Amino acid sequence: MLPTTGHPQNNDVRKGSGTDVTQNILEMRGITKTFPGVKALSDVTLQVQRGEVHAICGENGAGKSTLMKVLSGVYPHGTYDGEIVFENETVEFSDIRDSESKGIVIIHQELALSQYLSIAENIFLGNEVKGPFGLIDWNKTNFEAAKLLARVGLSEKPTTKVMDIGVGKQQLVEIAKALSKEVKLLILDEPTAALNDADSDHLLDLILHLKQQGITSIIISHKLNEIRKIADNVTVIRDGKTIETITRTEVSEDRIIKGMVGRDLEHRYPDHTSHIGEEVLRVENWTAHHPQDNQRVIVDNVSITANAGEIVGIAGLMGAGRTEFAMSLFGRAYGSRISGTVYKRGKEIKVRSVAEAIQNGLAYATEDRKTYGLNLIEDVKRNISVASLDKLVTMGLVNDNEEYRIANEYKKSMNIKTPSVMNKTGQLSGGNQQKVVLSKWIQSDPDVLILDEPTRGIDVGAKYEIYTIINRLADEGKAIIVISSELPELLGICDRIYTLSEGRITGELPTEDATPEALLKLMTLEKQR
Amino acid sequence: MTSQTTNPAPLGPADTGRQNKITAMLSHAAADLGKNGIFLALLAVVVFFSITTNGILLRPQNISNLIVQNGYILVLAIGMVLVIVAGHIDLSVGSVAAFIGAVSGVFAVTWGLPWWLAIILSLAVGALVGAWQGFWIAYVGIPAFIVTLAGMLIFRGLALITLGNSNIGSFPQEYRNLGNGFINFPVQVGGQLIDPVTMAIGAVAIIALVVQQLRTRAGRMKYGQDVEPMPWFVGKLALFVVGIGAVTLALSSFKGIPVTLVVLAALVLTYTVVANRTTFGRHIYAIGGNRRAAELSGIKTRWVDFYLFVNMGVLAALAGLIFTARLNLAGPKAGEGFELEAISAAFIGGAAVQGGIGTVTGAIIGGFIIGVLNNGMSIMGIGIEWQQAVKGLVLLLAVAFDVYNKNRAGVRTRR
Repeated sequence: MLPTTGHPQNNDVRKGSGTDVTQNILEMRGITKTFPGVKALSDVTLQVQRGEVHAICGENGAGKSTLMKVLSGVYPHGTYDGEIVFENETVEFSDIRDSESKGIVIIHQELALSQYLSIAENIFLGNEVKGPFGLIDWNKTNFEAAKLLARVGLSEKPTTKVMDIGVGKQQLVEIAKALSKEVKLLILDEPTAALNDADSDHLLDLILHLKQQGITSIIISHKLNEIRKIADNVTVIRDGKTIETITRTEVSEDRIIKGMVGRDLEHRYPDHTSHIGEEVLRVENWTAHHPQDNQRVIVDNVSITANAGEIVGIAGLMGAGRTEFAMSLFGRAYGSRISGTVYKRGKEIKVRSVAEAIQNGLAYATEDRKTYGLNLIEDVKRNISVASLDKLVTMGLVNDNEEYRIANEYKKSMNIKTPSVMNKTGQLSGGNQQKVVLSKWIQSDPDVLILDEPTRGIDVGAKYEIYTIINRLADEGKAIIVISSELPELLGICDRIYTLSEGRITGELPTEDATPEALLKLMTLEKQR
Repeated sequence: MTSQTTNPAPLGPADTGRQNKITAMLSHAAADLGKNGIFLALLAVVVFFSITTNGILLRPQNISNLIVQNGYILVLAIGMVLVIVAGHIDLSVGSVAAFIGAVSGVFAVTWGLPWWLAIILSLAVGALVGAWQGFWIAYVGIPAFIVTLAGMLIFRGLALITLGNSNIGSFPQEYRNLGNGFINFPVQVGGQLIDPVTMAIGAVAIIALVVQQLRTRAGRMKYGQDVEPMPWFVGKLALFVVGIGAVTLALSSFKGIPVTLVVLAALVLTYTVVANRTTFGRHIYAIGGNRRAAELSGIKTRWVDFYLFVNMGVLAALAGLIFTARLNLAGPKAGEGFELEAISAAFIGGAAVQGGIGTVTGAIIGGFIIGVLNNGMSIMGIGIEWQQAVKGLVLLLAVAFDVYNKNRAGVRTRR
């Protein structure tokens, strides 16, 4: 084993007075970070003790990842307010290399490995082991890599290509890479989201093992049982604010859930009584496989119904297959080997392409509006009309005056804040972009509207507006399906909630019988193996 | 037209009205200059070379030559800008033009088919060529760069095979008109030769332009859209009227209107409408702006890609015909470097490398800028080596300007 570099006694860099050395390796004070139109973090405080495993909990969009990006210099000093003290030294990182040179390494949810390079090449990428004449010393590279791999308990050859090992092992390569940078504070963002149980257990053991070697870890996770297993302290973040820090002795899943969701439900969601009519959509035995690996089941025999005027929720953790289900249903926009039947008002319909799905009255507003939802370099007007352009055509030509009028109607009715519908969509704030996405789908006049994370990354006020719009659409007799990982949101606006876990429907609850605790239990229900 | 009105700072009540008008005018001017910078660039290049060539550039015969010499590049640029907007590229158009030139030689000369049948068949072969490339790009998913790089070699080879080691020459007169025919009925008026037909066509074009502009403006106002302030609108329109008038006068005192110009004008009008007002055109922009979002909006992206290349094939064929007609010869070297001039025209005309942005008029103006550079430098007696270097530099600067502009607008920077 390499000599560990994280021992506190070796690494105290004391600046300033040098007398008041606290237990804390890291203190973030009064961190406030604003994006155009959204306050992502507001006066957040975080204290991490030397040598502990510190968990950060919060719903999606609560600001956890933003906080870590501030810490690691992804958002450079000057783009946020507040102060970061690392090892008793005020630090101002201008990029990620800066923070890495101090020993802060972040491992993102989406692994930053180059698939076509070997494990050893990845570990030393940007930090190559050089021999004479500045040439890369491959023998030494592979030798050092092997030592790091032993440290993280990965028995693969350093020369194996990263694409040939599983996600779990790739995660370990990331950690080996962090160790090669002499990490003192390791940040893991949802490290087990894509891992199976065995890999997750191994990873958690490794984090504890590293802790014994003096490496402090911050772990962001949704999985409460994991947090309980390894965390010394838990900081709960909600809506960009620090709610509390819970110590190990007080940590319990109930306590964390309460901290995460404990908010004033009444004022966040508009009052609404649904008038539920006949069945509009019925999906039976819907199964979809991974697009590249067509043996891997992603959506497993899902059957659901939705009625006119009803708002149906689908709750599931990250990786449960929510988006994959919706996109495979929407004209096979995701997956391979898709099977199952779809009925609209009792009659079987075919949804073999997106165009066919739209023709049959389906609409799907994506969770990732920038990648899948909008043409950001195009104006608002054309983004609204794009899915139903045929309606505007007379004698083969698009009536652009009519297009303008319709866009303006949506601007007014949806309260899209933009100087003009001729402005580029990329200039709008997240909430207003989301309204453009909704306008587009409302204009296509669907019977079933699937909304995937309709309020992700938008501020509280805009959320309320979106909920009001959803209610209005339901009142018009459309069937609405809302996919969300924010349980209070589902509880606040839905009539009925399905839970999804590992691609299967694990429960169906009328909202009046549902509690966050009950839903979380169903959402984490695992397949009997 | 977009009005990028910035909110003026609050002012005293007395000032507000007038101040608002002035700020509105200024912001219009700024926005328009940004958008019509390409027109100004053309104007600057024209002014520059008319000075350095002592006015030779603007002589009637030279203006006529400019149009005829650049016709085939402009035809290619129209197709190319659409291909680029969709996020592709086509490197094969020069070879395709050569191949179709050769094929048309076989049809019109070797086989002695009627000229019109030869032209129609040649365009059909162009469509097949486009379908071939479109198939690989749209349905097999091979990047257009690779497919058309292969096409560049394939169709150059096929052109040589078709010609069989020789040139095919002496085309029927009707065919040749495509490249160097003129519509003219010269009349002697007081010692000056003028052409009433050319004048009439010019007048009709001017009237059509004015009427169309006024109608569009009225339509927009009816729908409560922002329109340009009246003086600005009139000024711009007057500039265009003067431009068309001057070109008409020049042409009427030389040989009349080149057939190439008629073909080109028809294409520009058609493709401007296709790009802006048809679902096909709109889908091209949607695909170029965000392909995944376009797919998820129900656009048949493969279908659009396929027909985009079929279209490019037909236009490349047309360019080949015009070039062959002009030389009255189908030769093995035809079309070399056309693809680069067409691509440059599209980019100088404001098309974005990443796709999603670009206009037909922009590409045409870009093509004229290259044409005037070629022509002006030739008149000045500058060698081909310097011409190449200058054109390369202009392309680089044009795209750099575009990138700078977009960064400033802040649209591209957020990802």
